Amino acid sequence: MILDSKIPEGPLAEKWDKHKFNVKLVNPANKRKYDVIVVGTGLAGASAAATLGELGYNVKAFCFQDSPRRAHSIAAQGGINAAKNYQNDGDSVFRLFYDTIKGGDYRAREANVYRLAQVSVDIIDQCVAQGVPFAREYGGLLANRSFGGAQVSRTFYARGQTGQQLLLGAYSALNRQIAYGKVKMYPRTEMLDLVMVDGKARGIVVRNLITGKIESHSAHAVVLATGGYGNVFFLSTNAMGSNATAAWRAHKKGALFANPCFTQIHPTCIPVSGDYQSKLTLMSESLRNDGRVWVPKTVEIAQRLRKGEIRVSDIKEEDRDYYLERKYPAFGNLVPRDVASRNAKLMCDEGRGVGASGLAVFLDFADAIKREGQPAIAAKYGNLFDMYAKITDENPYENPMRIYPAVHYTMGGLWVDYNLMTNIPGLYATGECNFSDHGANRLGASALMQGLADGYFVIPYTIGDYLAQNPTTKVTTDHPAFKEAEQAVIAKNNQLLSINGTRTVDDFHKALGLLMWDYCGMARNAEGLKFAKQEIRKLRDEFWRDVKVTGVNEELNITLEKANRVADFLELGELMVDDALNRNESCGGHFREEYQTPENEALRDDENYAYVAAWEFTGVGNEPVLHKEDLKFENVKLTQRSYK
Amino acid sequence: MDLTLKVWRQKNRESAGAMVTYPVKGISPDMSFLEMLDVLNEDLLRSGQDPIAFDHDCREGICGMCSLYINGRPHGPERGTTTCQLHMRHFNDGDTITIEPWRAAAFPVHKDLVVDRSAFDRIQQAGGYVSINTGGVPDANAIPIPKTIADKAFDAATCIGCGACVAACKNASAMLFVSAKVSQMAMLPQGKVEAKTRVENMVSQMDVEGFGACSNTGACAVECPVGISLENIAIMNREYLSAKATSENIA
Amino acid sequence: MNWFTKTFSSTIGRKIIMSITGLFLCSFLVVHLIGNLQLFKDDGGAAFNIYSHFMGTNPVIRTMEFVLLAGFVFHIWDAIALTRRNKAARPVGYANSHPEQNSNWSSRNMGLLGTVILVFLIIHLYNFFIPTKTGELGPVMIDGMEYDNLYVKVVEAFQNPLYVALYVISMIALAFHLIHGFQSAFQSLGLTHKKYTPFIQKFGVAFSVLVCLGFAIMPLYFFFFL
Repeated sequence: MILDSKIPEGPLAEKWDKHKFNVKLVNPANKRKYDVIVVGTGLAGASAAATLGELGYNVKAFCFQDSPRRAHSIAAQGGINAAKNYQNDGDSVFRLFYDTIKGGDYRAREANVYRLAQVSVDIIDQCVAQGVPFAREYGGLLANRSFGGAQVSRTFYARGQTGQQLLLGAYSALNRQIAYGKVKMYPRTEMLDLVMVDGKARGIVVRNLITGKIESHSAHAVVLATGGYGNVFFLSTNAMGSNATAAWRAHKKGALFANPCFTQIHPTCIPVSGDYQSKLTLMSESLRNDGRVWVPKTVEIAQRLRKGEIRVSDIKEEDRDYYLERKYPAFGNLVPRDVASRNAKLMCDEGRGVGASGLAVFLDFADAIKREGQPAIAAKYGNLFDMYAKITDENPYENPMRIYPAVHYTMGGLWVDYNLMTNIPGLYATGECNFSDHGANRLGASALMQGLADGYFVIPYTIGDYLAQNPTTKVTTDHPAFKEAEQAVIAKNNQLLSINGTRTVDDFHKALGLLMWDYCGMARNAEGLKFAKQEIRKLRDEFWRDVKVTGVNEELNITLEKANRVADFLELGELMVDDALNRNESCGGHFREEYQTPENEALRDDENYAYVAAWEFTGVGNEPVLHKEDLKFENVKLTQRSYK
Repeated sequence: MDLTLKVWRQKNRESAGAMVTYPVKGISPDMSFLEMLDVLNEDLLRSGQDPIAFDHDCREGICGMCSLYINGRPHGPERGTTTCQLHMRHFNDGDTITIEPWRAAAFPVHKDLVVDRSAFDRIQQAGGYVSINTGGVPDANAIPIPKTIADKAFDAATCIGCGACVAACKNASAMLFVSAKVSQMAMLPQGKVEAKTRVENMVSQMDVEGFGACSNTGACAVECPVGISLENIAIMNREYLSAKATSENIA
Repeated sequence: MNWFTKTFSSTIGRKIIMSITGLFLCSFLVVHLIGNLQLFKDDGGAAFNIYSHFMGTNPVIRTMEFVLLAGFVFHIWDAIALTRRNKAARPVGYANSHPEQNSNWSSRNMGLLGTVILVFLIIHLYNFFIPTKTGELGPVMIDGMEYDNLYVKVVEAFQNPLYVALYVISMIALAFHLIHGFQSAFQSLGLTHKKYTPFIQKFGVAFSVLVCLGFAIMPLYFFFFL
């Protein structure tokens, strides 16, 4: 298989405009003859469904939540980047492009990232026109703040609830199309398989989560906007329902999975408090604008603190190590996420961590409160401080927050070309579901940007190009391919329901999560990865032998839902390990302990690994086949990332 | 700590339900309320019983998916808190806790504690948007909006659509939810263009869904986990009255 | 239905009617109270009887009587319609509910308070309004003119402790009804503002208490001091 990224010819800055001219168009009268399925209604899905509906296509949109408004994009806090240069601080499309490529440790496609930076400005216009209440200055114009990995203020925000406001904007656009009848919405419906006819994606099989009914839906193209797979780790900042099933089942039908080992560990999360913990809560990266990260200077002080012999306030200023400011004077506390996370881990590994478990560092606002006053800090971060207080029962205005890294985002995903189409014709992947724009590490406030860029401004053009080249002929869901897929889904559900073992789904999920976190988390090495691979296989075998799923398919069955998702995580986890093992270098979120500089920074191997690793499924338990898409850098120079 | 839970169990929309009592033991005060239910569900599963179905997703208090009427209050006893952000430290060892689903004709029970809130979506579909297509919009800074207005609109826009207002209201009224969107849009210049049709259509849909009327008891605003203000209801009443008086819509 | 009936049969429309009629009935209370203050004049009821004669014969007042009747009818009719709708909105109630933790008792029991007031109203009309129309009141001469002696009827009625208790309790119910209803009417009409709403709320409470106190003093005065 030869991977064709279909990057348009010509200078970087002209590629997208030229491509938009070159793509084939569907005439307005014909658009209504094409059906498009959109799975997932987060930023990428809702924006795509709404925009495709506006254009005139018949759209069917699916989400497993009870309303499209609840997709996990809603939980994004900090903001959305755009190269507006409203602050006159030297921002430009090229600078956003450059920061994103560099932030991704040179493992993303130049052309995609440049396009992302270009359309970023349109996103802000679009959202404001929808009535999204971004933060504003007293003069009535939009406010910006700075974010990790950038030296300009280009992040637009809506207090600590930017994702919510952007999603409600996209949801409102989606609602308008639902009201017009251009989008048919299927909430509480989960995609369980992709259906292909003549080698093209022509539909999906879903389960109605209320009745359990297995149904098929056909279309001319399928867009997967189903988010990331961070929940492989069990504990992550993802929502409880976030899952990889749609993407993974498409993978099993032939879609390549790219860079699965590129996961982002977010540095500012509330630390784990007990083994009952069901998820981790993120504290927006924007906190690092004013908060200072530190640990005690010596192991001895840290130990005394952990034992409760001294209090935080007893630690003198000279006994505090503001390690990010010390090691990275240029970026200080605003280094990219991977760097901040890795350093937190280093500090804790040294024994200088804080909190009962020693797995936490301080994020201290004392200086900011002294400088700006508590009301100013409350205005900026009030809801985050409240959230922290609720969860930990501690007052962050008085004591420094304790934070620790947690799995947050997955840069890897379904392989897509420049048109966001996977290697399966007619199957698209947008947003976090694809691998395309963030390389090995995503910069803060870029996920929202990518989701909306894909949905509002990319897919509407590129999907037309595909549809224009395909006949309007419909396939019915009576087609044997649909019946076959339905039978497979039913058989799998029945199998899960019939095992009647002794261990619960969560039990397996937690065990998998622990393996992934220990061996394929913030730091990896070949030995550990090999061990993890064996363990995951064992765990998967045991799952299919000993899992307990009660009830029947024909009802609201939360255990069956989970079992299906965890079954897929158990396969995906192994692929992540395979990918991490294959990539003998450190880059971005992928840190192989064998490959680091003397200062413990990630050591890339551009000679051998400047490629996208796209994996082909060959059967459960079989070794996947690696396909490489070489990354060409013509506009940026590959250097070792430095934030010093 | 050890607790006694009284939980509403209902097989599906058609069948009748009942309160069922479950003891739970060894609950940590640092657990969230939903983590406590996770513990119970794991126990139920191990003993071959059907776990309790409840809605939840982000567990960060923002998605609005979680619900639960706990000890006679939506989202439990703490103000400004969703169930997922309610921690067990607010309960005492030996407590009996009743857990019921949201009760409203417009929110039928799917199963156990899971209710159907699609009525909220249909109300939003009736007009909770600005009718613009993607592309062709003016530059974001072409429409300056006074910070005070932007902040007020934002306050209204923070509604998470959980339905606690309906659950709290003695009339199962959705006025706080509907008014949050109506007033957000009515305050912003972008929304003013369609302000009249929006409020007319959204209120009409709200009535079709079978929600009750507003008695201005204020329970909704007290129980709202994100603090949506009653003022939004007044704004909506004002918008509705003036729209009905002056719009061209005679149907 | 046309737009007009649609508007006023919507939930908000009905609340608007409740508010307008409610505030109108408040204005009636003021007029009624001021007029009834004649009872306290130490002239053997002359001023009160002249006043009641005026109220019973003046064409403007007679017309307003029908407007007042309409006010009551719409207020009660809409209250019934809203209550039925509100009950239907929650067919299955909660096993355990603590509304007292999020709202005032009076705000949740306007229907109950209203029903008490309605019962009172019927008795009150039977006591003092019907007799003026049936000619059963005795005559009294004031400044050479013959008037119906309603004053005596009032004095007699309020010698009965049951009536006094009924009137006082009803006025307490009315006070609670008004404490919620007065400011609630402004909210329903959308008349809220950061500057004025706090005043409206305080004024509403003061209004409710003073008016109802004013009415309640009358039976007590006649019972204890006459």
